[in-house]
Amino acid sequence: MADYIIRNGFVFDPILGINGDIMDVAVKDGKIVDAGDVTKATEIDASGMTVMAAGVDVHAHVAGPKVNVGRNFRPEDKLFSCSPRSGIKRMEAGFSVPTTIRTGYLYARMGFGFSMEAAMPPLYARHTHEEIVDTPIIDQGALPVFGNNWFVLEYIKENEVENTAAYIAWLLAQTKGYGVKCVNPGGTESWGWGMNCETVDDVVPYFDVTPRQIVDGLIAANEMLGLPHCMHVHGNSLGEPGNYGVTLDTLKIAEGHKPNNEFGRESVLHHTHLQFHCYGGESYASKSFESKSKEVMEYVNSTDNITFDLGVVTLDETTTMTADGPFEFHLSHMNNLKWANTDVELETAAGVVPFIYNPKTFIAGAQWAIGLELGLLIKDPMKAYITTDAPNAGPLMRYPRVYKWLMSAKARDDMLDNVLKYGDSVRERCYIGELDREISLYELAMMTRAGPAKTLGLSHMFGSLKAGLEGDVVVYPYNPESDTDDPEKIEYAFGNCNTLLKGGELIVKDGEVVSNGKQKRTFWVNAKTNENPVVERDISEKFKRYYTVTQNNYAVEGHHYVPNPYVIEVDATK
Amino acid sequence: MAKIVTDVVCPFCGTLCDDLEVALDDSGEKILEVYNACAIGATKFLHSQAEDRLTRPRMKQEDGSWKDVTYDEAVEYTAKMLVDAKKPLMYGWSSTSCSAQSIGSELGEEVGACMDNTATVCHGSTLIAVQDVGVPSATLGEIANRADRVVFWGCNPAHAHPRHMSRYSIFPRGFFTGKGSKSRKMVVVDPRKTDTAKMADIHLQLEQGRDYELLSAIRIAIRGEKLPETVAGIPAKTIKEVADTLKSGRFSVIFFGMGVTHSLGKNHNIDIAIAVTRDLNDYTKAAIIPMRGHYNVTGSGQVWGWQFGYPFCLDLSRGFPRYNPGDSSSNDLLIRDEVDAVFTLGSDPGAHFPVGSVKKIAQLPSVCIDPHITPTSAVSKLHVPVAFVGVEVGGCAYRMDNVPIETRKVVEPPEGMLTDEEFLAKVLDRVKKIKGVA
Ligand code: SF4
Repeated sequence: MADYIIRNGFVFDPILGINGDIMDVAVKDGKIVDAGDVTKATEIDASGMTVMAAGVDVHAHVAGPKVNVGRNFRPEDKLFSCSPRSGIKRMEAGFSVPTTIRTGYLYARMGFGFSMEAAMPPLYARHTHEEIVDTPIIDQGALPVFGNNWFVLEYIKENEVENTAAYIAWLLAQTKGYGVKCVNPGGTESWGWGMNCETVDDVVPYFDVTPRQIVDGLIAANEMLGLPHCMHVHGNSLGEPGNYGVTLDTLKIAEGHKPNNEFGRESVLHHTHLQFHCYGGESYASKSFESKSKEVMEYVNSTDNITFDLGVVTLDETTTMTADGPFEFHLSHMNNLKWANTDVELETAAGVVPFIYNPKTFIAGAQWAIGLELGLLIKDPMKAYITTDAPNAGPLMRYPRVYKWLMSAKARDDMLDNVLKYGDSVRERCYIGELDREISLYELAMMTRAGPAKTLGLSHMFGSLKAGLEGDVVVYPYNPESDTDDPEKIEYAFGNCNTLLKGGELIVKDGEVVSNGKQKRTFWVNAKTNENPVVERDISEKFKRYYTVTQNNYAVEGHHYVPNPYVIEVDATK
Repeated sequence: MAKIVTDVVCPFCGTLCDDLEVALDDSGEKILEVYNACAIGATKFLHSQAEDRLTRPRMKQEDGSWKDVTYDEAVEYTAKMLVDAKKPLMYGWSSTSCSAQSIGSELGEEVGACMDNTATVCHGSTLIAVQDVGVPSATLGEIANRADRVVFWGCNPAHAHPRHMSRYSIFPRGFFTGKGSKSRKMVVVDPRKTDTAKMADIHLQLEQGRDYELLSAIRIAIRGEKLPETVAGIPAKTIKEVADTLKSGRFSVIFFGMGVTHSLGKNHNIDIAIAVTRDLNDYTKAAIIPMRGHYNVTGSGQVWGWQFGYPFCLDLSRGFPRYNPGDSSSNDLLIRDEVDAVFTLGSDPGAHFPVGSVKKIAQLPSVCIDPHITPTSAVSKLHVPVAFVGVEVGGCAYRMDNVPIETRKVVEPPEGMLTDEEFLAKVLDRVKKIKGVA
């Protein structure tokens, strides 16, 4: 493997406290090393450009069954967005739900090295892994969903944290999963009967347990195991006007829980796409809809053990998809577009609905504003990560546009004045008009690499240019001294990196993808627990009686599904 | 002592039963018996051990006779045929593993092929309907555990998916359906009195080709609006009874098959069947599931979905994926003389395509990859027998509800035989060499 030295770039690395210093970054044998430690390295001239560790995506839907429903049921998503093969590059297609090939290239062009698939239905884990294998270049992991799983509901109802933890460990190993995801706790199981849980105290039919208990129990189990990532929640009542109270109730469940892990992670709860959960007002129709981002952020800013990602609406036509089955059903009634749903036995559900965030409507404008407000109101950017909940609030390829809005008040004003039809109402009923903060490149590095790496428990590998970390380095064609006049330059630069090294391999050279990557890995967590005959018996019982596959046919076997694993071992036997 | 292999997955139909047990002889080489499988499934396993099975590729001679060739020669012919063709058709992909399909995609991309699977003549109309209106669905376990109203529309699982009713839909005692078939009401919609229809609580013996009208009438009845005296030959009273049955259930499911996907109306029938399901969700919980035929036709649509964005009828000839059923579908391409070579793997168009299309295959340079001698292999220029997926080599397959299951290897293939995946990899390699890209 060739060694590289990236010379004279403006380097941003919040972990090392480097804020725009001009320096060299070196990669040897796939890892970052001190610049003096390479001798015969290939030189890359980064003068006048920005250098960072490669991006780490904490939450996106880019592989798995619902993503593929989105692709297959939306031929129109490919109408103007196919790129032909050329050179080493394979065919690409899709805008809001790109093909796996395009997903890999998109991430590479945006300078990312790792992405977490945010919701994997365990029964469909094989599918998720098959897509991950076919996604070039980037390292990936996937979070199995637990918040509506029958085992979890039953154990938590009986307050059996240890059994919950043993089951989680078992399922991670079966599915080659990375951590604990929880979507609309209790609500998705209720959806099995066409119902929902709208607050943290609604009771799940038959199982007689509440979302509050589920979230609390999953955090406790997560910390009992000492998993690298904290419990990752998508709360109840996503997208409902007035839901910020439910959000605060959900966040407060983390009080009293302490992080327990060997990975440097400080949070016990990661709340995803918080934008969708910060709404005031009574309904969409009543004109009472308003932002409650400040209220939620006041709480987040006063708390140490919570992280979140933004879920910024990008005002595009996109494809929404979530394990929140009842939400997608309601959404389909709002826009009367096509609706796909899959309920998954004993585990979860999912829905998919196309959606247009129309800048000519007040609501879409307000949603756009709320997402940005969260990024602008955060005190410690290490706790707030930039996402679009791709593709829910906006396509993956819009990340650079979101950076532009966060980094430039001028760009936001332009939106409010010239693009949104109800910009004035948005200023009135949201907080965006009061916020003139502009996120710096240093803060951007926290919100897109250092922070997410930390909360995923991967800061020993990604998110910084510290010697010994993975050789994931990106050079953006953005000069922090002279390119500050035009916000469009931000969007262009972060969508079209000049150079990407992934694990020390040259992937993007002079703005062109030059390799499909040779060492793409799937990350999963193997948590060892003490033998638990109760859980073992429960598992074999459920398989015999209620699953439609046998227990022996459930596990995702290594060979074809996880051909290049990176296993993080956790010992929870003590 | 016979050796028993458990948890074996049946590589025959879209039911993808995964609880088979296969008894092998002492040497572990011969299959003696297949337990739990239905007759068709068991036959597939036993057939892999037929004495007269072909084990080497063979080329058709000028005089129509066959001559054995080596795998290397077969690879050479196939690679050259694909490279020389301006627009080859690569059809089938429904009876093989996803990893083979994935290599096939790369090959199709490399040679600019039109790629199509058997959905083109079965549930293609369903895939189109899903693109129009979506699909509220569920895994088969949801049906087993919750469904108390089960509709079979234009399908006959008693014969086509023999273990479907016992494993998933009618007989199982699930978590919330403890009384098994006694907790369910079964409705069958079929112009014929099939063996499935004979078991139904209500059999709607509609007039042939009137599915759309009847579905429309059920939608009206669900909403409590007025109906004409009869629709599609069914009295209004019966239609209301069915609508009420579905509405009053806790969980309703519609299973549908080729009797409705390919009768008059095609994808529009499915559009409205999905609309019925969607409507029912305003009152109770409802799902709809296609009865997919080949054991991995579903997987083929999935693999192409994530690689190209479309589930069938792919045209890769311009260097990027295009999709236009009716134009980029196999029979249309063949009938219009638009393709100049035919590659078949994992299906038998010779048995299922219109005779006009089959004649075209016979006229063109053509390769058939199939463990069996079939009507397709008979009309192809080259026949390459391969190992049986799910018997002699494992690999992923997707059940009719899109649940992926890893099929198992039970016995070794005859010595020296290649698998689909191996053969495709060799062809891809050779194609790259010929084109100078490797
Ligand atoms: S029902 Fe289908 S999958 Fe099951 S044993 Fe019979 S042929 Fe095989």
